[in-house]
Amino acid sequence: MSLSITLTLNGVTRAIAFEDARVTLLDLLRDRLDLPGTKKGCDRGQCGACTVLVNGRRTTACLTLAATLEGAEVTTIEGLAPEGTLHPVQQAFIDNDAFQCGYCTPGQIMSAVGLIAEGRAGTDPERIREGMSGNICRCAAYHGITLAVQQATRSMVHPDTAAKTGDAA
Amino acid sequence: MPEIAQPFRFGSNAGQPVTRRDGIAKVTGAAAFAADTAPAGLLHALCAPAAIARGRVTHLDIARAESHPGVVRVLTPANRPFLEGDPAEKPTMFSFRIEVLQDDSVRYAGQPIAMVLAETPEAAAEGVRLLNPQYAAETPRVTLDEEAAYPVEPGGFGRPAATLHGDIEAAHGAATRALDVTYTTAPQYHNAMETHAVVAEWTGDRLHLALPSQALAMSCAAYAWFFGIPVENVTLSSPYLGGGFGSKAIPTGPQVLAILAARVLGRPVKLMLPRAQMFGPTGHRGATRQRLRLGIDDDFALTALDHDSLSETSSFDDFHEPAANASQGLYAAQALRSTHRGVRLDVGTPGPMRAPGEASGSAALECAMDEMAEQAGLDPLAFRLLNYAETEPGTGRPYSSKALRDCYRLGAERFGWAHRPLTPRQMRDAEGMLVGWGMGTALFPAPMFQAQARATLNPDGTALVETAAADMGQGAWTALAQIAADALGLPLEKVTFHSGHSSLPDGGVAGGSGHTATAGGALHAAGTDVIRQLAEIATADPASPLHGAGNARVAARDGQLFLVDDETRAEAFEAILARHGGQSLTGGGSAARPPEDAQRHAMSSHGAVFAEVKVDPELCQVRVTRLVGAFAAGRIINPRLADSQLYGGMIWGIGMALHEEAHHDPRTGRVLNADLAGYHVPVNADVTGLEVLTVHEEDPHVNILGIKGVGEIGVTGTVGAIGNAIWHATGKRIRRFPIRIEDLLAE
Ligand code: FES
Ligand code: FES
Repeated sequence: MSLSITLTLNGVTRAIAFEDARVTLLDLLRDRLDLPGTKKGCDRGQCGACTVLVNGRRTTACLTLAATLEGAEVTTIEGLAPEGTLHPVQQAFIDNDAFQCGYCTPGQIMSAVGLIAEGRAGTDPERIREGMSGNICRCAAYHGITLAVQQATRSMVHPDTAAKTGDAA
Repeated sequence: MPEIAQPFRFGSNAGQPVTRRDGIAKVTGAAAFAADTAPAGLLHALCAPAAIARGRVTHLDIARAESHPGVVRVLTPANRPFLEGDPAEKPTMFSFRIEVLQDDSVRYAGQPIAMVLAETPEAAAEGVRLLNPQYAAETPRVTLDEEAAYPVEPGGFGRPAATLHGDIEAAHGAATRALDVTYTTAPQYHNAMETHAVVAEWTGDRLHLALPSQALAMSCAAYAWFFGIPVENVTLSSPYLGGGFGSKAIPTGPQVLAILAARVLGRPVKLMLPRAQMFGPTGHRGATRQRLRLGIDDDFALTALDHDSLSETSSFDDFHEPAANASQGLYAAQALRSTHRGVRLDVGTPGPMRAPGEASGSAALECAMDEMAEQAGLDPLAFRLLNYAETEPGTGRPYSSKALRDCYRLGAERFGWAHRPLTPRQMRDAEGMLVGWGMGTALFPAPMFQAQARATLNPDGTALVETAAADMGQGAWTALAQIAADALGLPLEKVTFHSGHSSLPDGGVAGGSGHTATAGGALHAAGTDVIRQLAEIATADPASPLHGAGNARVAARDGQLFLVDDETRAEAFEAILARHGGQSLTGGGSAARPPEDAQRHAMSSHGAVFAEVKVDPELCQVRVTRLVGAFAAGRIINPRLADSQLYGGMIWGIGMALHEEAHHDPRTGRVLNADLAGYHVPVNADVTGLEVLTVHEEDPHVNILGIKGVGEIGVTGTVGAIGNAIWHATGKRIRRFPIRIEDLLAE
């Protein structure tokens, strides 16, 4: 079987052919499109490591069949910021040591970008924690993650305070 | 020969909270973990896991699996290619007997019973499904009660020796007040977010591995042994590990099988274990049942501390969670005993998991201490201070350093411990939740292993430092580079750090919280060696301001060599090297703890953890609302990264206290919750009000850098503190971890 979809992937619209209806978006990215930045932690929608943005919404790529994505817009960690630059969320993750091993980090960052866009958490630490709880970090960098989301939210909503780090979470 | 000022105390780099050097790679997705590599012609491997825990595989539908499009080969015990290393033997001191399809027996659920190799991951998964295994099952043994216990035979790794100081029975019998309690801890699984993986590629009899490893050189030796090739034929690349926590130091059956498949099929093979297969062949923290008997005299001094731990191991190998060791070095008990007993179960062999022994043992000990304080009518902190060990209990050895008193004081102050009512169920918050406060002492030994390193100073004043260390998230890339930069007297940005590849000098094992001290010690020695050579050149060179310095002390800082007694006599590295033929200088170094140092002092990190919980009086739901940990762990190389390690450890403590437990189905022996939805680990919403404080210790004895390690201690102390806080909130002593709602609901 051969399938083909048209996808806008990290800003580039392209036709993508693949051979198997069972292929998930996660395996499409990792194994067929050479975009291994998106990570596999469980392959069952339980950990958030594979979080990407599909049409702007945070989505677990492991639970999304590639064949369902005709016409979709997909953003992965590789496409979050232009080459050589960092998205404010990426910068905030570095500033607040919001990761250790870095394996959950692409998913955390995409999830944070989605959460900030949803606009429901603001800089409230309790809501950020709740909103980020679909992303497991076994290294338990949660303290820094919460601070990073606060910092990034602030810098994206009020760019004048961009350099300020997050409040105590 | 000029004398190099020693030790270099510590210029511009160590002690600074610099951000991670691999930060950009990790936030952009550029950091390539093992399974992110994809050589051309790759095959995908997937194990079929045993669905029973004990018995035999009687049938596999191999023909059906092999006829599925894309499936290339199915390996089973019937056709498994020859493996030079006997899986019943152990290649290194950190390895276990493994399952590599040597026969049709099943020794635990999740054991590999076949491996499917396919062109795509989808085809491999379908091939595994089509195998449809049939079994002759026997009744599995999966709980501590199912077999008779035996005394653990001492023998190093995972086989702790019993210890005894004083007459424990007489002391316990004569105590004014005595306690005899039993605590249990659950089986736990590491569950690093990156599952075990390997990409294996052979060229002739040379083996190339992308494989996350906490012990690169030792892993190479093990794989060389399994495949009957010289160790220099193995290259192992492990630049990033997606977490390890003890589980990635040890070769596993599935990884060996994938390498074997690559050899026999003549193509590169990638294996990435599905999450469910992380509950079996990759180690775990075995369940324990610990009996603690404590006695105190009229002055509340501990006269007896007796700690016996019963723990599980597999039916075919030994790793006993050394839980009773936690009681060895902490409180000044007059009579002290630790014993370990084992039970053989149909489970995968347990292994070291973050704070092995201390995590489980401290949980029980700290709760028992709380119970003893309660019986004595004392504040739990005051009771601990009354039994503060000035020297190591039992042996009387001095501590290399011990700022535990400061940890108690600082932590208690920050937490507000002084306002704690003595009796339970005294505090409520505005919503009517029961509030409780508890504390625990944290302790973790400060071991060292062995490591080597190389440093090269370039004519342009930059340097390259190299050691095959492992960064599984601790921040080794950053902290080790800081140490190396100081040894070389260079700013951090002038130092290139190469690590995570087996072609580099052996960086030792990332374990036991000893990696920074060990690999850092080797880097320090290598850098010092370079500076010594440079000083020899400069002091012999009439054109150098350092000429003729003789035995005057020479030191390096900011890319310059200078005389300690006359800093105006200084010269830049580049200038010295330029006159010396413009060659680079290479030095080597190694680190290990001399046995006599280990004899002379007891060496441990210490800490104090204070916990607040809120418990719903009706639903008994527990939330940890505050957690303050104060730790003394020698010299901190990078406070930002050390804090993250301590936070992480404390959050693991929350998981152990409230969440983590593998449940075995008594019929099949399978882990019923072998996924991240059923095996609960803390998520962000579980973590609030965390605070880490560190107490600086100058420790001239522990090692030349004064480092003790921070990777594991955070788990200890925390579990007990939370259990004690739950008692303080509710008046209920739950002697079983994790503490569940149903335990608190039960009368
Ligand atoms: S890999 Fe998709 S949620 Fe875990
Ligand atoms: S940083 Fe390691 S799992 Fe999150």
